[in-house]
Amino acid sequence: MSEVIDARGLVRRYPADGPPVRAVDGVDLVVEAGETVSVMGPSGCGKSTLLHLLGGLERPDAGELRLGGRRVDGLSETQWAIFRRRSVGFVFQAFHLVDELTAVENVELPALLLGVSRRDARRRAMGLLERLAVAERAGHLPDRLSGGEQQRVAVARALINEPLVVLADEPTGNLDSRATGDILKLFAELRQARQTLLIVTHDARVASTADRLLTMRDGTIVAQTRLGSGASVAGILASLADLGGDG
Amino acid sequence: MRDVIMSLLAKEPAHGYELRQRLVKALGPAGGALNPGQVYVTLSRLERAGLVEAMEVAQPSHPDKKVYELTAAGRERVHQWLADVTWSKVAPVEFHLKLVVAAATRLADPVALVDAQRLELLRELHQLQELALEEPADADGALLLEGAALRLQADIRWLEVCERRWVERESR
Repeated sequence: MSEVIDARGLVRRYPADGPPVRAVDGVDLVVEAGETVSVMGPSGCGKSTLLHLLGGLERPDAGELRLGGRRVDGLSETQWAIFRRRSVGFVFQAFHLVDELTAVENVELPALLLGVSRRDARRRAMGLLERLAVAERAGHLPDRLSGGEQQRVAVARALINEPLVVLADEPTGNLDSRATGDILKLFAELRQARQTLLIVTHDARVASTADRLLTMRDGTIVAQTRLGSGASVAGILASLADLGGDG
Repeated sequence: MRDVIMSLLAKEPAHGYELRQRLVKALGPAGGALNPGQVYVTLSRLERAGLVEAMEVAQPSHPDKKVYELTAAGRERVHQWLADVTWSKVAPVEFHLKLVVAAATRLADPVALVDAQRLELLRELHQLQELALEEPADADGALLLEGAALRLQADIRWLEVCERRWVERESR
């Protein structure tokens, strides 16, 4: 399998009153193609900063980063912008849709920026909106959409250029439980479709959709586990069906 | 189990196999984990306790089958069961005590125990959600899985509170 993300010794410091705070303090992380990884940890553990480093929204103070085999930690701002457009899809807590564009226009924008023809961009965007069950809202502006619909549009936008990896930062942080349920299903589908996906979240249900879970504390990864292993389905079902003895 | 079996008889009399089928359907994927004999054992105990009555029904091409019916006492018990607000397990008390003991004796690091426990619950949650995705959304069993998932989620949140508390204590 090929490595989509290969990070070695990533460090990110923030200035502080005393010595600089090490928000990310020496993280090694390899994510294989088709893998879904979630990152959990208490507020301030560095998980969002890590996601920003992996997507080039912030630069590491030390360490190496390769995405899809390409060394990217030394890219200039412009080079990053071009690389990101093609290779990284972002999903944010606050959706970040362009208010003046309709849903479908938001989705097709990254494709148009890459030079895809209007016709192809529209066709791809509509295909994704259909897949994400928001096609009937395609012509609406973001403020006419519910939070869950906006986030599905944002996921469609993240997917339109078939990125190497989708990076999602608290994707359900602004959603009610029903809309969260829709996003959970969506992530499960992306996982089955082998879309490489990294999710930073404090929501256990979102985190548990992944193949692998990382726990961060004080800027480092303190634990990781494969979620599909361990807990036995038979054991879980037996405890669900436990109606007590017949006494 | 007794109350559940009686409540399944409240609508109409049924034989053991029918009862088991109803229960399996209501439980969804968890239904497969039921002990096959349990329904029959429970029925005979209920019969001895006077809460259900059995009638032999002749069948043309099969051996006679036993059909069970609630007695008046049984029906009264079902009403009590439906109104009863006892809830299973308010808090994972055993795990709480584990943390207290670990900290006091230094036999284990409470934060490490919380981490290990959280990973285990997340693995369970992963499996539950996989099962839930396979269930049709309108199946009764899907609701049971949803309940189990929400409960695990609450337990995981509580573990986060435990983590904060024990991290603070350990760093003092």
